[in-house]
Amino acid sequence: MTQKPKKLQQHTVVALVYDKPGVLNRVVSMVRRRAFNIGSLAVSHSETPGLSRMTFVIEGDDTVQEQVTKQLRKLVDVVKVSDLKGANAVYRELSLVRVSATAATRSEIIQIVEIFRANIVDVGHDSLIIEITGDEEKLESFVTLLKPFGVLEIMRSGRLAMVRGVSPEPNANGSSENPDSTLANDVQWAREDSSQAKPTPLLPPG
Amino acid sequence: MKLNGGQMICQALLNEGVDTIFGIPGGAIMPLYQTLPQYPGLRHILVRHEQGASMAADGYGRVTGKVGVCFATSGPGATNLVTGLAGAMMDSVPLVAITGQVTREAIGTDAFQEADVTGVTLPVIKHNFLVMSVEELPRVMKEAFYLARTGRPGPVLVDVPKDIFVEAAEFEYPETVELPGYPPQQNGDPEAIKQAAELIAQSKRPVIMAGHGIIISGAYKELQELAEKGQFPVVTTLLGIGSFKSNHVLNIGLPGMHGSAYASHTINESDLLIALGMRFDDRVTSKVSLFAPNAKVIHVDIDPAELGKNVRPTVPIVGDVKHVLKQLMPLVEKADRREWLSYIDELQRTHPLWREEGDTLRPQDVIQQISDSTEGKAIIATGVGQHQMWAAQLYKFTEYNSFITSGGLGSMGYETPSAMGAQVGMPDRVVWTIAGDGGFQMTLMELATMVENQIPVKIALINNNSLGMVRQWQDIFYDHDYVATLYTGNPDFVKLAEAYGMRGIKVTRKDEVGPAVEQAMKWSGPVLVDFHVDQMENIYPFIPPGTGVGQIVEDPRLIMKSVP
Repeated sequence: MTQKPKKLQQHTVVALVYDKPGVLNRVVSMVRRRAFNIGSLAVSHSETPGLSRMTFVIEGDDTVQEQVTKQLRKLVDVVKVSDLKGANAVYRELSLVRVSATAATRSEIIQIVEIFRANIVDVGHDSLIIEITGDEEKLESFVTLLKPFGVLEIMRSGRLAMVRGVSPEPNANGSSENPDSTLANDVQWAREDSSQAKPTPLLPPG
Repeated sequence: MKLNGGQMICQALLNEGVDTIFGIPGGAIMPLYQTLPQYPGLRHILVRHEQGASMAADGYGRVTGKVGVCFATSGPGATNLVTGLAGAMMDSVPLVAITGQVTREAIGTDAFQEADVTGVTLPVIKHNFLVMSVEELPRVMKEAFYLARTGRPGPVLVDVPKDIFVEAAEFEYPETVELPGYPPQQNGDPEAIKQAAELIAQSKRPVIMAGHGIIISGAYKELQELAEKGQFPVVTTLLGIGSFKSNHVLNIGLPGMHGSAYASHTINESDLLIALGMRFDDRVTSKVSLFAPNAKVIHVDIDPAELGKNVRPTVPIVGDVKHVLKQLMPLVEKADRREWLSYIDELQRTHPLWREEGDTLRPQDVIQQISDSTEGKAIIATGVGQHQMWAAQLYKFTEYNSFITSGGLGSMGYETPSAMGAQVGMPDRVVWTIAGDGGFQMTLMELATMVENQIPVKIALINNNSLGMVRQWQDIFYDHDYVATLYTGNPDFVKLAEAYGMRGIKVTRKDEVGPAVEQAMKWSGPVLVDFHVDQMENIYPFIPPGTGVGQIVEDPRLIMKSVP
C-alpha cells in the first residue's frame, strides 16, 4: 500500500432526485466528466414515492463543492440539492465487518463490540460478522481496534446525513425553525434554491 | 384525438412553431418520415450527412432564436449528429433532435443499427429522453422544447423506438410543463443589483464584457442604453459579436487569444468588469490568475454554475441578462469617463491590428472586401481556425446576431451546414460563409443540399492549402516543423462547385477580389469563390495559451522575444 495521502476536505451534499431509469447514470456522468471526486455516495428511496435521495461526500475545496452543488442543480432530474456545509446534521454510516475469531479471542472481541454498541450478526467457526453504525471516525476506530484479530472483510454503506430538527443554540432570529434554512446553507452569492422551485407536484405526471 | 407516434411528433412540432426540419431517414425512423406528407406545414430538408443536419439546425436556431430541429435514424445516424449537438451545447443553442431507435423489444440486444444514443449524448447535451411508451410522447415533446429554449438554451434529444411511431394513443398536447427540478430564474436578486450599482459608481475604469447571453435574451437595446448612460467601453466575446454594433464608438471589439491588443489591454487595466451573459472561456481570459488583476467583477448569467466557475465574481447575479439590465439601469448614474475613454483611444492608436501590405493575396483582403461589399449587413458563418479569427476581427457587423461560429467546441466543418441553416431561417438576408479549406472539406457534401433546395449561400473559401491555425502553431512552438498540416492534393474547388451544379469563381490575385465578391453578390443561387491566399499568413495578435496579456504577440516580428 502506498503512503496515505493527506486527508482531503470533505463536504456533504444531499440531493433529492427522480427515481427513474438512468438518473443515477446522469448524476454520475456529470461528476465524472467534470472530474469531481466523490468520497462516498449512498442512494435510496425517500419518504416520497417516486423520489430518491442521494448523499454525496465530496472531496475538494469550497469551489469544488460549490460547483458540484450547482452542476447537480442543473440536472433536470435533480429536484433539490442541499449543501450541508455548516449545518447541524446527523451523519451516520453502517458497516459490516468480518473478523477472525477463535475461541481464545472471541470474548475480547465481544467486549469491544459492546463498548462500541455494535452487534454481532453472524457467528462462524473461525469468524464473526459485526454490524456497526456511527460516524466515520467511530467506524474507523472500531476497525483499528479489531485489526490485531484479523479483519477479513469490510463493507460500508457510505455516509447518510440528515439535518437535526433543533439547533443546539438557536440564534435570536430563530432561523432554526425551518430546517431548510440551515439545510440550504449555500454560498450566499449565487443562491437559487428550492424556495424558488414549486414545492408540488414533485412527481412527473403520467 | 387518436394519433400514432409519428403523427404525435409532427403535431407537436407544429404546436411548437416548427416549420423546418433537417435530417436523413433510415430504417428505424422511417415510420416518422412516412408521416411527414400528412403535415405540409413541416418542410423537410434532406441533408447529405447527419452532422450537417445538427449543424444546420444549430445555424437555424442561432439566427432565428427559435428551436432548430433535426431528425436522424438509429445507430450511425444518431451518432453522426453528436458533434453538432455538442457544439450547440457549448454555445447555448436551442435545438431538438429526434432520433429513431430500434424497437423496444430489440433494445439491449445489439440489434442492427442499435446504439445507446441517450448514453452517448448524455454528457454533451442539456437533456435527453428515451421514450418507452406512446402515451408519454406528448409530454416528452413538450418538455423537450421547453428545456431547449428556456433558461440557458441547449440541445435536447428525444430517442424514439421504431414501434412507438406506429402505435396509436390519445393525443392531448400539454399546455404547461411540470419540471420542479428545473427553475430558470429571470430577475436578478435586487440586493445584488444594488451592490453592482455601487461598484459601478465607485469605478474609474469599467469595461462591459458582452457575450452570447445578450443575443439570446435580445438585450441589444438595454446593452446599448447601459453603455451609453454609464459611458462604458464594450468588448464583445467571440459569440458576443453582434450583441453591440461594430461601428458604435464605445465598441472596442474582441479581446482574448486573437482579439485586438487594445481590447485585451483595456480589460487588463480595468478596475471593474461588467460581464454580461458570458462565461470567461479560457480563450478570453488566458491564464486566469493573470487576468484583469486589479478588477472587481460583476458577473450576470442565467446559469448559476457559470458564476465562480472560472473567474470569481465580486457581485454575482443569476438572471436573464435583459431582465437584470432593466433592473440595473435606473441605479446607474450618468457618468463622464472622458479620461478612461481617451486612454483607450490612445491604446487603439498605439496597438493597431497588425497588417503587412504586400502584393500577394491575403486572407484579410478577402474579409475586408466582403465586409465592404455587404456593408456589414450579411450573416457570416465560419468554420474554425485562422479564417474564423480574421472574420471576427475584420468584418464590421452593422446588424445584430449575424455572426454564426462554433465558439466553445470549435468544430471545423461547421461553416457550410450552419450557413445553410441560417439562410433557411433568414431567407431575406445575405448569408456568406467564410470557410477554410480544411474545415470546408469536412462537410462539403452539403453543397448538394444547397443546390437541391436552392439555398443561396455564398461561400468564400479562404484556401491556403493547409490547416492554417495548426501550421501557425508549428511556426511558433515547433520551429516550423509542418507535420500533417500542408495539403498537396486539394481538389479544384471551382470544378467541384460546378460538379455540384453551383457557380464557382477562382481568385488568385488581389485585384480580382473586389470583382469576384461583386459577382458572387449578384448571383442568385449558391456560389463558391475559391480565394487562393498566401499560405504562410499568420493571425495576430496572439496570446500564447497559459500566459497573460503581458505575453501578447502583436505582430510576427515580436515572436522571438515574446514567446517563452
